[in-house]
Amino acid sequence: MFKFFEPNKIFQVTSKAPKYVLFLFIIVFSIGLTEALILSPEDYKQSHAVRIMYVHVPAAWISLGIFSSITFLSITGFIFKNKNFFLIAKSLAPSGFVFNIIALVTGSIWGKPTWGTWWAWDARITSMLILSLFYAMYLISWRIYENEEKVFKVTTFIMILGVINVPIIKYSVDWWNTLHQPASINILSKTSIHSSMLFPLMIMTAAFTLFSLLIFLMKYNTELIKIKNKGLDRL
Amino acid sequence: MYGRKVKLRFLFIAIAFITLILSAFLVLKSLEENVIYFQSPSEIKLLSELDKKKIRIGGMVKKNSISITANEVKFIITDFKNEINVTYTGAVPNLFAEEKGVVAEGFLKDKNFFSATKILAKHDENYMPPEVKAALKEN
Repeated sequence: MFKFFEPNKIFQVTSKAPKYVLFLFIIVFSIGLTEALILSPEDYKQSHAVRIMYVHVPAAWISLGIFSSITFLSITGFIFKNKNFFLIAKSLAPSGFVFNIIALVTGSIWGKPTWGTWWAWDARITSMLILSLFYAMYLISWRIYENEEKVFKVTTFIMILGVINVPIIKYSVDWWNTLHQPASINILSKTSIHSSMLFPLMIMTAAFTLFSLLIFLMKYNTELIKIKNKGLDRL
Repeated sequence: MYGRKVKLRFLFIAIAFITLILSAFLVLKSLEENVIYFQSPSEIKLLSELDKKKIRIGGMVKKNSISITANEVKFIITDFKNEINVTYTGAVPNLFAEEKGVVAEGFLKDKNFFSATKILAKHDENYMPPEVKAALKEN
């Protein structure tokens, strides 16, 4: 089914879609920021520092989600020898990396007033730092290797190594004593975050997802232009 | 259905995954002592000999245990089974309070006394507006 992937048809979508996504992003992001910074209440314990959470948590979720997606795409692309999957994976990576860094930085800014330290080598924070290093390796290897066959293999290898870290990040707060608090939002058990704070969190997650989609479409569009320039109408 | 090469590549990935998961499990299992950020008072009580190194202990600050004098902060860290007395000189974080989580970094004098060089407040997973907290307290 992937054999008949035609860049021209997809290009029609990716060249027009960004402006609509950008429009939608601006609306959702404005609502999200108003909710997160002005309308939502302060926390009983950490007061206004809670507002950092509305950036920190969605950023961390998206960086983990994109990392998992890239792994899935790379492995599928590797098994079925499909170039398109690798191009999608490559286009997803920059926003995942940026959100990973945002999660680390906002966490640090939050940690100083709440914990009393900028940084702690606990399991959650360290594993999140390792994730960003894997992102960096992934992005660098696309620049190092000119040969396509080689870059596909190297990036798949990096992702398989790195994805082991994803469940470790998720469960680090349950498996070990960490300074970082356990998850507040649980699908199976009770959520320990008040609904007035959950709402802006969800809006911000939607906004960041739209932003990732926007960057992805623009990156992917560039990849398709490169293919068109090579005079290939099929991959 | 799929070619032989496709099946072989699938097998390769599957074996790679199993190998990595097993190795990661073994490594983390053996490094457990270093992965944990702090030890609880109960874990300290179980130590066969006192650690001379700098360590971290964590738990809840016991109710009515904080006493602040001119140059010293004293409090008790509890995990509701065992307790450790902590002395500390310096400023404490804003969120440091009784019945809240705390992590203290420093040295054990003996199994009941800990001399802290740094105090970190631990935040829990509960987020709510002050009104809701007040309403919860009333109930």
